[in-house]
Amino acid sequence: MIHTQEIQAGTNEPANDLNENLVEMKGVKKSFGDNHVLKDINFTIKKGENVVVLGKSGTGKSVLIKCIVGLIDPDGGVLNVFGKDVLTMNDKDLSEVRTKAGFLFQSGALYDSMTVRENLEFPVLRKYKSKPQEEIDTLVEEALANVGLEDTADKMPSELSGGMRKRISLARTIILKPELLLYDEPTTGLDPITSQEISELILEVQKKYKTASIIITHDIKCAKITADRIMVLDQGAFVAEGTFEELKNSKDDLVRSFFT
Amino acid sequence: MLPSIKRSGLQQALDYLIAMCRSAMIAQTGALTMENKDTQAAEVKKKEVASDETPPQYPLIGALKAFVMEVGAISKFAFQYFRELVKPPYEFRELVKQMHLTGYKSLALVGITGFIMGLVLTIQSRPVMAEFGAEAWIPGMIAVSIVREIGPVITALICAGKVGSGMGAELGSMKVTEQIDAMEVSGTNPFKYLVVTRVLATTLMVPILVVFSDTIALFGSYIGVNLEGKVSLTLFFTKAFESLDFSDVLPAFIKCFFFGFIIGLIGCYKGYNSNKGTEGVGQASNSAVVIASLMVFIIDMIAVQLTTLFT
Repeated sequence: MIHTQEIQAGTNEPANDLNENLVEMKGVKKSFGDNHVLKDINFTIKKGENVVVLGKSGTGKSVLIKCIVGLIDPDGGVLNVFGKDVLTMNDKDLSEVRTKAGFLFQSGALYDSMTVRENLEFPVLRKYKSKPQEEIDTLVEEALANVGLEDTADKMPSELSGGMRKRISLARTIILKPELLLYDEPTTGLDPITSQEISELILEVQKKYKTASIIITHDIKCAKITADRIMVLDQGAFVAEGTFEELKNSKDDLVRSFFT
Repeated sequence: MLPSIKRSGLQQALDYLIAMCRSAMIAQTGALTMENKDTQAAEVKKKEVASDETPPQYPLIGALKAFVMEVGAISKFAFQYFRELVKPPYEFRELVKQMHLTGYKSLALVGITGFIMGLVLTIQSRPVMAEFGAEAWIPGMIAVSIVREIGPVITALICAGKVGSGMGAELGSMKVTEQIDAMEVSGTNPFKYLVVTRVLATTLMVPILVVFSDTIALFGSYIGVNLEGKVSLTLFFTKAFESLDFSDVLPAFIKCFFFGFIIGLIGCYKGYNSNKGTEGVGQASNSAVVIASLMVFIIDMIAVQLTTLFT
């Protein structure tokens, strides 16, 4: 596990070689009836980069990352993920994109009829149908070790605490070693200590697997620990972008209000 | 001629139909003259189209509209089921698991119910049969009643209560806790994995459960007969099977597949489309049982009519 002292906010360097955009959004729009959630979203993320998206509730942060993995179809604009247009791709290509992009849900979304081991095995078995059981076991143990919960493999999700569920959910998300991780409010509902542990874990995962991450959060401590870059979403569009320190000292009241 | 409204064809036609019904109802009460009837009907229609949130003025029409929409949605769901059913990859592992849960886990409940059904039916019918001196016909009468009608319907109703509600609650809960979304982002088709396997499992297992239930019911009847007399097991079953014809057994067995299909389909449809959080899960579970039970009776009625036609 990584220690807090080792983490310097806003100084997490993305991988050197990597200027390739994993996600590219231009003029993306999404409405639900008369509610125009996303009006004009322009966004890119490079390999190995951690981007935190801040915004008030209901501004479309979750919709934004659900569009990236095709859970919600945007109404218009350009949305390229791993260089491919999500809006026009077939089911097979979309499935491939999804296995390269892990998604950590706000609720954890662990399958509650399965044990922790079965939860972790699930994405592996879907991707590698004929993988030997020994190799699957190794992957499961490695994923559990990454989140520090090696002894929970045979427990049911209902036997775990909120923080443990989030960790197991993260383990399930990283078991296929995705290139892009999408976190939907990873620290919501957790106590400050567990929140910090999860934030550190996010950073640790990024360093270990060189993943890019989009982190949706209201937790400013989490943003401080994990962000290379912060973007502020308001009324369907990004209104500010910068490092933690830059935005903290912003002259815009709305932007500054997130940091007080 | 349909007015030009930017809506889907079905919705447009439905709105037009509602406006026509309303104008007809108003005309019946004599509230309108022939001159202004068309104008008022058009106004009613315009209001209906302008705002979906306007509460229906005629609850019966509102209910009819909701019913038609629901039937349409279930039909679409069923169509998707058949499309996904034949399309690879096939989820054999999950299918076997669901067959185990649907079939094996229901054996005890179905068995006990079947036993009581056979026993009670025998005890209740015995005095009447004795009055006519027709006690020897009890095994045959019970066998025909159970195999043709009571066994399939009672077993299907029990499965609707146990399996259908379970599916509604399970899938509803998965929906509201984002587990279905999580499955989708794992590169899995949740409809194929969750719905196709469950519906196929109930379609295959309900007929087997009915056969099991019928058999236990006959044993129950045998015990019922022996409470006030002495009949050997061989004689009882010989008499019972003598009364049964191929045309008794086959249609009853075939309709069980439809019972199983509709129980699984309604349970999955309600769960898969549930919303409104935990309240929605409860509603999904409840309406899965109610609608599936009703559908069992409707299918049974159709099956009886068809059987009568062809025999």
